[in-house]
Amino acid sequence: MAEKFINVTLKIWRQKNAQDAGKMVDYPLKNVSTDSSFLEMLDVLNEELVAKGEEPVAFDHDCREGICGMCSLYINGEAHGPDRAVTTCQLHMRMFKDGETITIEPFRATAFPVIKDLIVDRDSFDRIMQKGGFVSVNTSGNTQDANALPIRKEDADNAFDAATCIGCGGCVATCKNASAMLFVSAKVAQFSLLPQGKVEAQERVKNMLHQMDVEGFGNCTNTGACEVECPKGISLDNIARFNREYMKAAVLGSE
Amino acid sequence: MATLDSKIPTGPIADKWTKHKNEINLVNPANKRHIDIIVVGTGLAGGAAAASFAEMGYKVKSFCYQDSPRRAHSIAAQGGINAAKNYQNDGDSNYRLFYDTVKGGDYRGREANVYRLAEVSGNIIDQCVAQGVPFARDYGGLLDNRSFGGVLVSRTFYAKGQTGQQLLLGAYSALSRQIGKGKVELFGRHEMLELVVVDGKARGIISRDLVTGEIKRHSAHAVVIATGGYGNVFFLSTNAMGSNGTAAWKTHKKGAYFANPCYTQIHPTCIPRSGDHQSKLTLMSESLRNDGRIWVPKHLKDVEAIRKGTLKPTELKEEDRDYYLERRYPAFGNLVPRDVASRAAKERCDAGYGVNQTGEAVYLDFKSAFQRYGKEKALVEGVDNPTPAQILAFGKEVIESKYGNLFQMYQKITDANPYETPMMIYPAVHYTMGGIWVDYNLMTTIPGCYAAGEANFSDHGANRLGASALMQGLADGYFVLPYTIGDYLADEIRTGPISTETPEFVEAEKAVKDQIDKLMNIKGTKTVDHFHKRLGKVMWDKVGMARNAKGLTEAMEEIKQIREEFWSDLKIPGVANGMNTELEKAGRVADFLELGELFAKDALHRNESCGGHFREESVELDGEQKGEAKRDDENFKYVAAWEWNNTPGEAILHKEDLKFEFIELKQRSYK
Ligand SMILES: Cc1cc2nc3c(=O)[nH]c(=O)nc-3n(C[C@H](O)[C@H](O)[C@H](O)COP(=O)(O)OP(=O)(O)OC[C@H]3O[C@@H](n4cnc5c(N)ncnc54)[C@H](O)[C@@H]3O)c2cc1C
Ligand code: SF4
Ligand code: FES
Repeated sequence: MAEKFINVTLKIWRQKNAQDAGKMVDYPLKNVSTDSSFLEMLDVLNEELVAKGEEPVAFDHDCREGICGMCSLYINGEAHGPDRAVTTCQLHMRMFKDGETITIEPFRATAFPVIKDLIVDRDSFDRIMQKGGFVSVNTSGNTQDANALPIRKEDADNAFDAATCIGCGGCVATCKNASAMLFVSAKVAQFSLLPQGKVEAQERVKNMLHQMDVEGFGNCTNTGACEVECPKGISLDNIARFNREYMKAAVLGSE
Repeated sequence: MATLDSKIPTGPIADKWTKHKNEINLVNPANKRHIDIIVVGTGLAGGAAAASFAEMGYKVKSFCYQDSPRRAHSIAAQGGINAAKNYQNDGDSNYRLFYDTVKGGDYRGREANVYRLAEVSGNIIDQCVAQGVPFARDYGGLLDNRSFGGVLVSRTFYAKGQTGQQLLLGAYSALSRQIGKGKVELFGRHEMLELVVVDGKARGIISRDLVTGEIKRHSAHAVVIATGGYGNVFFLSTNAMGSNGTAAWKTHKKGAYFANPCYTQIHPTCIPRSGDHQSKLTLMSESLRNDGRIWVPKHLKDVEAIRKGTLKPTELKEEDRDYYLERRYPAFGNLVPRDVASRAAKERCDAGYGVNQTGEAVYLDFKSAFQRYGKEKALVEGVDNPTPAQILAFGKEVIESKYGNLFQMYQKITDANPYETPMMIYPAVHYTMGGIWVDYNLMTTIPGCYAAGEANFSDHGANRLGASALMQGLADGYFVLPYTIGDYLADEIRTGPISTETPEFVEAEKAVKDQIDKLMNIKGTKTVDHFHKRLGKVMWDKVGMARNAKGLTEAMEEIKQIREEFWSDLKIPGVANGMNTELEKAGRVADFLELGELFAKDALHRNESCGGHFREESVELDGEQKGEAKRDDENFKYVAAWEWNNTPGEAILHKEDLKFEFIELKQRSYK
């Protein structure tokens, strides 16, 4: 529990911009507090680099409390690093040993092109959402009372669990097919469990799936790797529910 | 010079908003298609506003500095959102929510705005449920509520510890739908760096593309600033790393008055800082105070032993513990409002009783709760004569079901198990009640420029109640701006598209480019964080939880000095025409270094204690309330709205007198 200080060697992917080929670069780092978070460790490295007049390592982050989904990083071959059920910003240096070499790469997928160093472009997730990740209801002040439609607690709880996906893309980076199925299925499942979302269920599942293909994400072959690395514990049950919704849409399809 | 007309409609408080809505101008649907609105920010306020405007038919441009609108810091809100639905039949009403908010704000908010907030609160819940927001429900399938922040009713709607996330994803989905329809153009990873004012009206913004470094001009018929709070002026806070005051500050410098900058909420229950590497502070939800008891040792020798590690907190006897909130505030105990709890923790730590190495931590202990819930559960489970071990195990189970995710988060960060040893907590900067001054329509002192959400100063007075910021953000975005902006835009239907080639745009763009060149060319020796940390330390030590004239005067001087050093010794590597995270931070810190000085100036001028603003000179000298904060209604019952005047220290004060027609002014007492 007590704070210790360790020395590590970082192997970090450096890439100037989208056009640059990029390469791994070694950075030894001394006296890292085991109480600091992984990103705070990178802050220390960056302070040193800037002091030397070198460009700091660019990485995405914002809330630093595991909820915004902005942080990423593929650490020692795992999305969000070796700890379970945490994002990179909540990973702490006490997970690493003195003298360890730590490899840090960006999330890699065709649909997530690198912007700079460890930062990737995940706009493809937003574009999938724009195709159907919503209930078509306008703001009015005259929607029916929130308690007019009771919803079974179990359904509400399952919808909530699906809705906790933070859109980080860890599942895609982990999947050997770079499939976005866990992400997409979580949204489809959330809405299909709620009466408000059922109305458009068929269009939603088809449109979101179509956009997933357009963006260049791979197919899901049920390897289950995504569930293991997902920082929010999004379950494979959502993929099963997605498949059921998709079957329904195909059978009952309006076209 | 702009005048401070708050434009509060006349009439009884409960009728003002309806009357106002009926009287304001509307824009015909065919004309809306030719009107552009820029919304800066995609949090609850900006996201809700942008989606609603687009649904109504306006053309919208939406901006955020993150890659996706879904990552705005509203996502981090844990506890819940208030609404006067009275589903629990505990006597809640619009009036009661209005009253609690005005009182909680220590009578420094505007009555008419607060009433409207309470009035639309119910609509927010209806709207969110219709969007598919999965709020917590009970076994009957109806919405569940919890109580929050020491009020007497249960009106807080929640989605476990992730309420902000679920509400923001609701607004984001509405926004995504409009983007998909081509009604909203999204500019992710774009930062607003200047407001453009043409003929006295807000007509656009200048942004920097954070990926390419390109500086772009954007025009519109109205601009909404919904860029969140400025708590990061303290360097360490519960805000996101990118949270900033830049958009609000640039707007201020273009003519918008900045109101009550010194009103800041310091939240009592955050994880204490652990060392110099610390980059941010993490909140532990206020709901924990329902079951946790706060204490420090009674004797300094025990404090020392605990710090040395020779004594464990669990070994300290009951009679050697000082449950100081229960001692000082027998009526409210551990549930006093946030400002009171924070100051009490500081008082004990300043006196030397802090329980960790830095001396800045107190215990939040669940031992009694384990016992209480454990016995209860043993009864329910039919275990007669339970052993102490059984009771403890049952108790831990109950606590886990209530706060499991928070306990887990605590353990991940601190590596200490809060089921076995009390949590350590300390206050941290959390929310800024101050912000851009707006009238009843949420318009700033620049015509056509609006401010919404945490970025404006409006509804919370000098202290915000828990679960009321989410309510305000969504009220502003879904239910207020969509009406009030039409009143202004009705006069714009003949304006036609706004050109970005006018001298005002050229000049604004040049100002942005000049500032960037200046920053890049300092080529000094110190990093942005170096200056930010120094600013934060001055703010925390002298403009933090307790303030006095001497410290505030020093703070103004010190901030000015740090600012001068910043502009002569800053080092930014890399180039401006590409992604440059150090340059991004530098622009934000440059503005914080000005805002911080105005903040201290405002705190210095307000020689009273109210809500989160505590002046050591203004305390009760005797009687039951001895030592407690003393408000001065005679001299300070106003909103302080500051006008920019070349440098922050020279800002000009304008006062909006606050009239309390519907609520009687009283001293807050929690004894
Ligand atoms: C940890 C935490 C817990 C909280 N818990 C609760 C709670 O339980 N209940 C409650 O009611 N309140 C809570 N609050 C307060 C509440 O969450 C916030 O006040 C509220 O969400 C702010 O919403 P907003 O829309 O005003 O701003 P934000 O959500 O902060 O959004 C700001 C937006 O502006 C954009 N932006 C900022 N600057 C620029 C710029 N220069 N250019 C372009 N875009 C810019 C950002 O990208 C972002 O999209 C909590 C706050 C924190 C920090
Ligand atoms: S499913 Fe999990 S890993 Fe994938 S985006 Fe959502 S939270 Fe991230
Ligand atoms: S920085 Fe927000 S989830 Fe990691």
